[in-house]
Amino acid sequence: MWLLFYKVWLRNASVWRKHVRASLIGNLGQPFLFLLAMGFGLGRQIPQIEGVTYLQFIGPGLVASAVMYSGSFETMYGSYTRLTTQRTYEAILMTPVSVEELALGEIIWAATKGILSGLIMLAALPLFGLIPSPWILALIPMLFLEGILFASLGLIMTALASDYEFFNYFTSLFITPLFLFSGIFFSISAMNPVIQKISLALPLTHAVNLSRMLCYGRIGPDWPIHVLVIIILSVFCAWIAIVLIRRRLIL
Amino acid sequence: MTLTAKPPLVEIRNLTKKFKDRVVVKDLDLCIYPGECLGLLGPNGAGKTTTIYMLLGLVRPTSGEISIFGESIPKRLKHVKLRIGVAPQADNLDPDLTVFENLLVYAAYFGVNRSIAKKRADELLGFFALKNRSDEIIQHLSGGQRRRLLLSRALINAPELLILDEPTIGLDPQARHLIWERLENLRSQGTTMLLTSHYMEEVSRLANRVLILDEGKIVAQGDPGEMVADMIGSEVFEVTDSPKKLDALEETLRSCKVDVERVADRLFIYAQESCTELETMAISLRHVSKRPANLEDLFLKLTGRTLREN
Repeated sequence: MWLLFYKVWLRNASVWRKHVRASLIGNLGQPFLFLLAMGFGLGRQIPQIEGVTYLQFIGPGLVASAVMYSGSFETMYGSYTRLTTQRTYEAILMTPVSVEELALGEIIWAATKGILSGLIMLAALPLFGLIPSPWILALIPMLFLEGILFASLGLIMTALASDYEFFNYFTSLFITPLFLFSGIFFSISAMNPVIQKISLALPLTHAVNLSRMLCYGRIGPDWPIHVLVIIILSVFCAWIAIVLIRRRLIL
Repeated sequence: MTLTAKPPLVEIRNLTKKFKDRVVVKDLDLCIYPGECLGLLGPNGAGKTTTIYMLLGLVRPTSGEISIFGESIPKRLKHVKLRIGVAPQADNLDPDLTVFENLLVYAAYFGVNRSIAKKRADELLGFFALKNRSDEIIQHLSGGQRRRLLLSRALINAPELLILDEPTIGLDPQARHLIWERLENLRSQGTTMLLTSHYMEEVSRLANRVLILDEGKIVAQGDPGEMVADMIGSEVFEVTDSPKKLDALEETLRSCKVDVERVADRLFIYAQESCTELETMAISLRHVSKRPANLEDLFLKLTGRTLREN
């Protein structure tokens, strides 16, 4: 009964194919620029961290953040436009596609965009002196789940939004802090224990840690926790997003 | 009626919808029989679109039962929707896609096989005179072309029931007549339709049966011609004059079997049967016009002349 979600996915994919370039530059510009500015710029003045150069240190984290940005922005700005001005959701709900399938299709599509951004970042890492280990094959499904998680959070915001300005709260108060404090730019293990605990409460931390482990091929003992947190949060948030979208669309 | 002999395609029983304290649809009973075009009339806010949305599962009824093709809604919604085509009031064409892609993508939602969808899209674009706009993006279409595309899209799944919510709203007469012609064509092929409209001419022309809705309730229903004849009569006189003269006129018409209605300095006289006073008046007064009674007269009589704005 949930199978028609892929029709929604196909619709988005066929629209996306028309603007591939603009879309990819939009999604990848930011993490790439950070990699350049922080890695080359700041990195030159920083000694090695955890046995790697600063550029190599921040690379895997920026893979995870690219997934977060692409995934959540698609279900905020993209989905909100389809929900409101374009009335695409209404049109779709006049067909056999159910509201659950619609929401699921949107989430999986945004996660697809997320993983695409992540993969391109991964592919670019050798340019910055980081040759990823074969373990990154295991990273791919984790990045997809991370994409589901942030796409779902974005869709939750869309379900609650009354205008585009609403997304500023989420971006400024949630996405940006995650980007800065999830251990992408500094080693959390060097912080005091309280800050370490807090950072573990941030969902992106788990994706960053996993990304680092799998890119370097240095699997730490706490990997099951990271995997579990990402699985549980992604399923839970997707469920909430579906419920809220249903509530918004079916009066 | 031969049409009503078959079991109804759509059956609504005691349907009620409340939004918080506001009752939008109240104890509505409605049937649509195979092959007929049912016209749903009513002022703004009468509950027409809400009723349609309840048929489609987009609005949850507060109480009541809906069955379409003998299957209960919303339980069997998915199966039922496969066989329904909708041209909504608000344009919701996909602006990210071209004309042709709009039809193909929509067909995919219904699970229509791609080669069949292409063939149907071609036929429908021909039928609605859009063939040369096939690769155009939606923003470049005129209002009339968008409406025609919306109708084409509603037919892409070869529906057994076509729901048309204000299909010609905001169009110029040329565009409207083209659409009417096509809809008449579909009706003669036996497509069952539910039509809402504010254009009485549209409803008179397309609907076999009319249902007038006001404040969520049915106030009249039947064959449009018979309803007008029964409730309004055959002819309408419109007299413009000073209030005094109109008062005097109303007095003289007491003996006739007529309904009168005063709107500002205008007197409407609805004649059930001919009457000598009326004929004399029609000749003697200058500002009189005489015309056949129509659905609009009936509509205004039943729903009043006050503006309906939410």
